[in-house]
Amino acid sequence: MGSNLFVNYGEAVAMILFAIGLSNLLLQKNLIKKIIGLNIMDSAVYLFLAEKGYITGRLAPIVTNGVQSAEAYINPIPAGLVLTGIVVSVSVTALMLSLTIRLYRRYQTLDLDEISLKIKMEGK
Amino acid sequence: MAFYQNIPFFSIFLAMFAGTVSSVLKRKAARIFNIIVISSIMIASAVLAVFLYREGISYTFMMGHFPAPWGNEIRAGVLEAGMALFFCVIMLLSMLGGHHKLDEEVEETKQNLYYVVVNLLLSSLLAMIYTNDLFTAYVFVEINTIAACGLIMIRQIGRTIEAAVRYMIMSLLGSGLFLVGLVVLYDLTGHLLMSNIREAVTSITANGEYTIPLLVSISLMSAGLAIKSALFPFHAWLPDAYGYSTASSAAMLSSLVSKGYIFLLIKIYYRVIGIDLIRSYRLTDVLFIFGLAGMIFGSLSAIKENDIRRMIAYSSVAQIGYIYMGIGMGTQAAMLASVYHILMHGATKSLLFIAAIGLTDVSGYSRQFIQITGAGYRNKIAGIGFTVGALSMVGFPGFSGFISKLLFAQAALQNNTGKMLSALIVLGISTILNAIYFMKTVIRIYTPVKDSEYPVRPLKEQKLYATVIVAFVICNLFLGLASVFIEEWIQKGLAIFG
Repeated sequence: MGSNLFVNYGEAVAMILFAIGLSNLLLQKNLIKKIIGLNIMDSAVYLFLAEKGYITGRLAPIVTNGVQSAEAYINPIPAGLVLTGIVVSVSVTALMLSLTIRLYRRYQTLDLDEISLKIKMEGK
Repeated sequence: MAFYQNIPFFSIFLAMFAGTVSSVLKRKAARIFNIIVISSIMIASAVLAVFLYREGISYTFMMGHFPAPWGNEIRAGVLEAGMALFFCVIMLLSMLGGHHKLDEEVEETKQNLYYVVVNLLLSSLLAMIYTNDLFTAYVFVEINTIAACGLIMIRQIGRTIEAAVRYMIMSLLGSGLFLVGLVVLYDLTGHLLMSNIREAVTSITANGEYTIPLLVSISLMSAGLAIKSALFPFHAWLPDAYGYSTASSAAMLSSLVSKGYIFLLIKIYYRVIGIDLIRSYRLTDVLFIFGLAGMIFGSLSAIKENDIRRMIAYSSVAQIGYIYMGIGMGTQAAMLASVYHILMHGATKSLLFIAAIGLTDVSGYSRQFIQITGAGYRNKIAGIGFTVGALSMVGFPGFSGFISKLLFAQAALQNNTGKMLSALIVLGISTILNAIYFMKTVIRIYTPVKDSEYPVRPLKEQKLYATVIVAFVICNLFLGLASVFIEEWIQKGLAIFG
């Protein structure tokens, strides 16, 4: 198992990044830092996908010099998945940022705990 | 190919198209358009359900021009079509029932946007039900999250925006875990279509390869979907989100959104991995324990609550616990009970939310228990609706809650893996706790108050609302009294689900 870890260092890095992003999303109090955590987490998954989809010595899946053989190219599906995933994470990030702006305008802070406290004080 | 086989595709795209069109329509036009669209999807799903029930088959539908291992697929069976029908019915009733609150609580210029969100929610739910492709399921899980967030924050007060942020954080955590689990599974099997993954998983496990990566992948996906459907320790966002959003949103969130994720989880267990493998990995035991904990602690939080909407919201945590307990038992009978509980909880919880706003409306818009004393006399139809919902939740014979509790108990008795005793004991405790907080509320709304300061609302002023409550009650009684038919239907569906 240990030797595989070194060979697949790209995947290992991706998983470490995923853990960093996940813990930031969960544990940070600041909303902007939470969103940064979310983006690190998503990017880690895309890195993992790209790393898994690449085969050493093969080309990107665009026909070059008229070579038709599938053996010459890598699988295009992981790249497609990465693109779809990026679209999803962009829209989710935009939504989170817009919510953050709303909360900031209302309560003048980005700290989620402080916002909860202020809402409780309002008592509505 | 028979014509009715196009229905799943059309319902998903009709809902999506309706969402786009609603964004440019005026408030009233958007509403009418939306009612027409949801009703037509409902009728179409009913037709599909009848055809598939009669033939007892499931079929796959090719999306685009590429056949199975490359292209995208839809798969519909008896269970899927019935679930789609059920979701449409509950969505239509919830929307109509909370309609007058929408006028009060949402700015007039933004009301057509509500219907955009509702349509988006419906299309993502239908896609999650029908899709046969795991990555499509992920994309629609995210769309569902965004739509649900829109449902919460359409009422613009501080609490709902905060609740929406908390909901988004938990949901994104869940979908992140789901995505990474999916990617690992894709890496192991090389497929994204559920049936193809199943073949690859079978051959991998037959060779005894990749046991740990497979376990990691399944656990990540289960954890992700469990977080998103508010299984017990991950429910912190739930009371605010259900408690302060507008009534229709609360009804839809509790009875549809979380159920969509659970349905997807059941689908992954049956169709993608295979329930036997899940059982051999002992993943069901983990879900079982969390389900039991949810049943107790959700009810305890509900008893402590002093706000009727938040009390109903906490009761959802307990009911989600029931469903996961059923999945956790791992037998066919328990899974049947879980699917039945999804239906029962959907029909009853939306009734409770819609009835609760009728009660708070005649109590000066206060949701505290002190103020709603005697509200059952001031708004008779809401009082009746709430009582029916409460009795069903407690498990009074004749209503749907009784049947689901009975099915859970039977499934527990047939289970000889040592889960029998714990399941039965917790089921008993949870029923008593349910009875405490629901009966307490029913007694309070029928406690007469002399010279009440709040006016009585007669039936004439709220015809639509009364019709919706009656429809909900009929739905509930149908689930309770025609349970033999429903059980047979679920059994037939589960048999061809894998």
